[in-house]
Amino acid sequence: MQQAMADDKDVLRDVWFGRIPTCFTLYQDEITEREAEPFYLLLPRVSYLPLVTDKVRKHFQKVMKPDDVGEMWFEYEGTPLKWHYPIGLLFDLYASNTTLPWSIFVHFKNFPQQDLLHCPSNSVIEAHFMSSIKEADALKHKGAVVNEMQKKDHKQLWMGLQNDKFDQFWAMNRKLMEYPTEEGGFRYIPFRIYQVTSNRPFIQKLFRPVASDGCPHTLGDLLKEVFPAAIPQNDGQKKYQVMIHGIEPMLETPIQWLSEHLSYPDNFLHISIIPAPSD
Amino acid sequence: MPSSLLWAVDVFGRVYSLSTAAQQWDQCKEAQLEFKRVTAVQQCCWAIACDHQIYLNVHASDVPIRYKEETYENQRWNPVDGFSDRLLPSDRWQWSDMTGLKHQPLDSFQLPSENWEWEADWYVDENFGGEPTEKGGWTYAIDFPAAYTKDKKWNSCVRRRRWIRYRRYKACNTWAKVPSEQAGLPDPFNDISCGGWEISDEPRGQMSLWAVSLQGKVWFREDIHHLNPEGSSWVEVQVPGEVVQISCGAGDLVWAVLWEGQLLVREGIGRDCPKGSSWVVVESPSPEVGAIHVAVGVNVVWAVTKDHKVWFRRGINSHNPCGSGWIGMVGEMVMINVGLSDQVWGIGAEDRAIYMRQGVTANELSGKAWKALPSLRDSDRAHSSASATAPLLHGQADAPKPLIPKVTSDSFISELVSDRDRREGAVSTPIPEEDQGSEQDDKAPPALVLSHSPSCGPDPQWSNVDLEEAQTHLAVGAASDAAETSSLSSVATYNLGLEEPYGPDEHPLWAWVSGGGCAVDSHSQLSWFNSSAGDPAQTAAWRKQIFEQLSERSKREMDNFRHYEQTVWVKKGTMQWWRDWKPHKWVDVRFALEQYCGTDGSKEGILFIYYTFNEEKKYLHAFINEVTILVPVLSDSKHTFAIYTPERTKQRWPIRLAAESDSDTQCWCPGSLQLALLTMSCCDSRGVQGPPSKQAIWSVTCKGDIFVSEPSPSLEASPYPMFWHQIGGHLRTIECNSLGVVWGIGCDHTAWVYSGGYGESDNQYNANVHFTTDVKSVYIYENQRWNPVTGYTNRGLPTDRYMWSDASGLQECTKANTKPPSPHWTWVSDWTIDYNVSGGTDREGWQYAADFPASYHGSKTLKDFVRRRRWARKCKITTTGPWQEVPPIPLCDVTILPCMAQSKVEQVLLWAISNKGDVLCRLGVTPETPAGTSWLHVGTDQPFKSISIGGAHQVWAIARDGSAFYRGSVSQQNPAGDCWYHIPSPPRQKLKQVSVGRTSVYAVDDNGQSRNLHYLNVYVFTWALACINVNIIVLSLLLQVWIIADKVQGSHSLSCGTVCHRLGVQPMEPKGQSWDYGIGGGWDHITVRGNSLEAPTPHSPLPLRNPEGMNGNVVQS
Repeated sequence: MQQAMADDKDVLRDVWFGRIPTCFTLYQDEITEREAEPFYLLLPRVSYLPLVTDKVRKHFQKVMKPDDVGEMWFEYEGTPLKWHYPIGLLFDLYASNTTLPWSIFVHFKNFPQQDLLHCPSNSVIEAHFMSSIKEADALKHKGAVVNEMQKKDHKQLWMGLQNDKFDQFWAMNRKLMEYPTEEGGFRYIPFRIYQVTSNRPFIQKLFRPVASDGCPHTLGDLLKEVFPAAIPQNDGQKKYQVMIHGIEPMLETPIQWLSEHLSYPDNFLHISIIPAPSD
Repeated sequence: MPSSLLWAVDVFGRVYSLSTAAQQWDQCKEAQLEFKRVTAVQQCCWAIACDHQIYLNVHASDVPIRYKEETYENQRWNPVDGFSDRLLPSDRWQWSDMTGLKHQPLDSFQLPSENWEWEADWYVDENFGGEPTEKGGWTYAIDFPAAYTKDKKWNSCVRRRRWIRYRRYKACNTWAKVPSEQAGLPDPFNDISCGGWEISDEPRGQMSLWAVSLQGKVWFREDIHHLNPEGSSWVEVQVPGEVVQISCGAGDLVWAVLWEGQLLVREGIGRDCPKGSSWVVVESPSPEVGAIHVAVGVNVVWAVTKDHKVWFRRGINSHNPCGSGWIGMVGEMVMINVGLSDQVWGIGAEDRAIYMRQGVTANELSGKAWKALPSLRDSDRAHSSASATAPLLHGQADAPKPLIPKVTSDSFISELVSDRDRREGAVSTPIPEEDQGSEQDDKAPPALVLSHSPSCGPDPQWSNVDLEEAQTHLAVGAASDAAETSSLSSVATYNLGLEEPYGPDEHPLWAWVSGGGCAVDSHSQLSWFNSSAGDPAQTAAWRKQIFEQLSERSKREMDNFRHYEQTVWVKKGTMQWWRDWKPHKWVDVRFALEQYCGTDGSKEGILFIYYTFNEEKKYLHAFINEVTILVPVLSDSKHTFAIYTPERTKQRWPIRLAAESDSDTQCWCPGSLQLALLTMSCCDSRGVQGPPSKQAIWSVTCKGDIFVSEPSPSLEASPYPMFWHQIGGHLRTIECNSLGVVWGIGCDHTAWVYSGGYGESDNQYNANVHFTTDVKSVYIYENQRWNPVTGYTNRGLPTDRYMWSDASGLQECTKANTKPPSPHWTWVSDWTIDYNVSGGTDREGWQYAADFPASYHGSKTLKDFVRRRRWARKCKITTTGPWQEVPPIPLCDVTILPCMAQSKVEQVLLWAISNKGDVLCRLGVTPETPAGTSWLHVGTDQPFKSISIGGAHQVWAIARDGSAFYRGSVSQQNPAGDCWYHIPSPPRQKLKQVSVGRTSVYAVDDNGQSRNLHYLNVYVFTWALACINVNIIVLSLLLQVWIIADKVQGSHSLSCGTVCHRLGVQPMEPKGQSWDYGIGGGWDHITVRGNSLEAPTPHSPLPLRNPEGMNGNVVQS
């Protein structure tokens, strides 16, 4: 029992400390005074790009004229990377099954207004992050937990993420993960399902963690309802990979457990559904 | 947090306890007794059994309850017989008490009850005021009564000696009947409530026990304290009506419920008057429905009315025990109990489950919501048992016998009904039972209807508590709340015929709960609520697969790319800086901490502080690898800390920085984010990683912060500069040995053992880092001056000190403006008068003196014109650190056998002294299990205060009277040794602390004003003065002698708490030559006993260092 509990905390740690090795290369159209070396960095999966790429900007600014430096944005294989998606989600969605390091182009001009939001400062990220947490808590507890927190508690969540302080973050986040024992889970599971090919940015529906007969819902149950195509057909042919944090949980995994342990810091389960590799 | 117990009685009268660490109820083994009430405190539990006798269950402790009986043998000299027991007719008895007024022969001492036993026979005390006497223990005087001396003089005409015999309380962990010395107690007890332990000071452990008899009289049990757990006698307390139930809180609150439904509040309860003086009537919360039950804590009162509604009393505090008004609460309960920290427990009216009030904090005493305790029984056994007769509650070996009277929580009401009915007839029942019954029948589930039994009728006998055999045919369909059958009570007429009362899916039905011994609070993580034992999820395939995939992912994505991280990083922010030049003040600065990797892979860093001076931008910097210590400095409004480097130490001017505490970003973290960051950076640059080594030197500052330094092999030769880094937690003393066993004691005497953890102090997910708390008192003084007109008033002379001040009188400290020592501390009590002041106090806590400042004494004389009294208020700090509590005995000193690093021992010898002065030997301490398993009590004739183990298992100790003792025959095989040898103290000195090295013994005396260090010549057993103004002495096996000294001359002022180190200690010269006044300022305790690595070359005595060259100061704020 004790052992098992410790293990669950290990999952939280593994999720939090996940890093993606990334190679940042300046896009060839950018004007530089001398050649820009690529920059290598381990990106925290649970963080957001603008929070962890200060060094990238500094690195490339050194070889550029100040006039040529606009708002920095990133692109992977032609896709502008949305800063308001967690980094792990961006990687799972666009770059799963590719060779590491993840190769990202850095742009300082031609900001793609139609694809990306501007990110003038960290406070914008903070606002986005906190609104996600509030939305998630509205689903989980009708917002009761997050509303009961004080401003400093909210700040602690944000500072925990910004400074990569697992303990600081979880000391507070644990409250958001509580639920009445007799109900067996949250009211609804905050999740979003992403697909590269879809026009919709993501799928989000109300989904309860426990069935009306009291049985816990599983990841498979969720997909059956929201994205049935992701369930392998009887012929055993797996058409899609269902990825969270770079892993593929079994469809039998209870959705409540996933929500408690594999949610991103914004309290959402960000699930990527990508075509299975053909080989 | 150590585990503690919640007690409860089910409707069948069976008593259960639930440990905060357990997940199931444990039934008390004594199955032959059924109980109707329990009232628990931390050390024991009282109960009323169905035989109406009171039983006491004292929890066994490693330290037995021992009571010292003593009597004096008196003799007079006459020329014929010499000293003989032939006394003059005017003399005292030959055997008397100390005053001589009471005749006390040896055989007059009887055991107070059969729950006591004698430890041994009578023997003579040969210790006289800390000094050994001649054989026989006689002390001499000119006459009775007079001053006695241990030496016989020419004019010694009388002599006396003290005989001692210990008795021991033997009835622990069992229900022992409390002797009822008054055979004529008028009627049996019906309710009982224990509390009041916070009224008086801890060492005595006084408690109040209130009881209510069936006739509604109230009784108080006199003289219950730690050494007399059973108390001595019952005293009736007059009440203005018939009481049905009473509740006594941990402090001075006592409330009772009257038969008519009003409530009584006891007033005038205090330290000298635990019984209180008068009653005040408070009306029932609801005008129509009377109160039925009341529960009080330290600052709260809860009540239940006859309709099961729950009420909370507003405005209760120590000045207003009556409170100001009622607030109706959600929930329907049959009873409520307030436990420790004002936590609230209840039994649901509907389901008879135990509820715990959630969210009860000091700021929100009414809490937030009720949460039912899960049934908490052994689920495996419950589910696997095919038969309904299988035991469901742990330890419940046999089902209750049928035909045994059953008692419920509410029976007292019914008893009264029957009682009154018999006396006055049924007409006096306030609400007609039948009307009420029929009205409620609609709501009641059909199963609850009593089957054709007399109890439905008005026959009063049905509800008598002593259900006779005749009643057992009352088979009730379902075991559930039967409250609906009576307007006043839910009488237990449960199905007695079944062998097993609860079906496999039923919850136990509770009648009474007592949380007075259950230490939980709103932060406790209780295992009760996550009883997922045997949860299949723990072993499920999906779970295993997630673990595997996550570890694969880490390998794939991270293992080959670690080198990406080795770049410069910079942290920036704003702080405040204590300006280097006058006028000194806090100025806003920007800081940048830059860390980079050196070519050799080591991490280095620089701290820049940017400030503006005369509108010019300037900066100062510190190389991180030169920092010797980062010290948090207490300040009541800011998180401040000081950075020392060798250069700054020389200048005696550290960099002082402050993070604003009102800023949102810092208040989550003790010690501020910046400090944590800097500490991490310093440790990186010094290559300090992982837990401290076994050789580490541990120290505690006067602020309670814990620091560790890794010794270099040349420590003895040139101990400086040492780099100190902070470890989480808060302690008062610390002790370690070279096998990595480290123990500490907090200000509140809690014992802690180092758990092997390290790293950031806010790291609660690290398995070895835990929440640690400490509690200490803040003191202020109330000063008064006498004038002929009005006597003592708070109007002083213009030249007088503040009428509310600190101890020195120089600082004004009022109750309102005195804050906890730093933002990390919070108040946990109100201001109370402190009677534990040296010099003694009168009954109101006053100490008198001729003038300020002077020596104070506890009683008023004609020459006294001023008086003062001390007020104390407790504050608490919660931090995290690598410490595990060692419950339950609070300690005041601890020592661990020092050994050489390479030595292999099976068991590490560890001795300690409890805060009551008991000497204890810890069993089962090994490097793998540093906490050990249990205490072995080592008997002494008096309380002790200091202890030290040296090389070769020498155990030395200091008693409270200042005498020194050596324990003989201590060895690996016989860890507790066999007897004490009294070693004479230095002449006219009372010793305070002792430390033993390989062979040498040093001790510190305590003369009130100054403290001196003495060195014991172990060959001739004489003491020599070694040094003055010493606070703490620590010796290690390596002939290291370290002290913490006061009044050491520094460059600017005298510094207190300076760590000094004896030079020139050689095997042949254990006294050493001179002192090196090394690390200056602010240390409270240090231990070098872990450092057992021999220096590579034996060093020669060093020249005395220039005191200016001090290093690593702890700042004195």
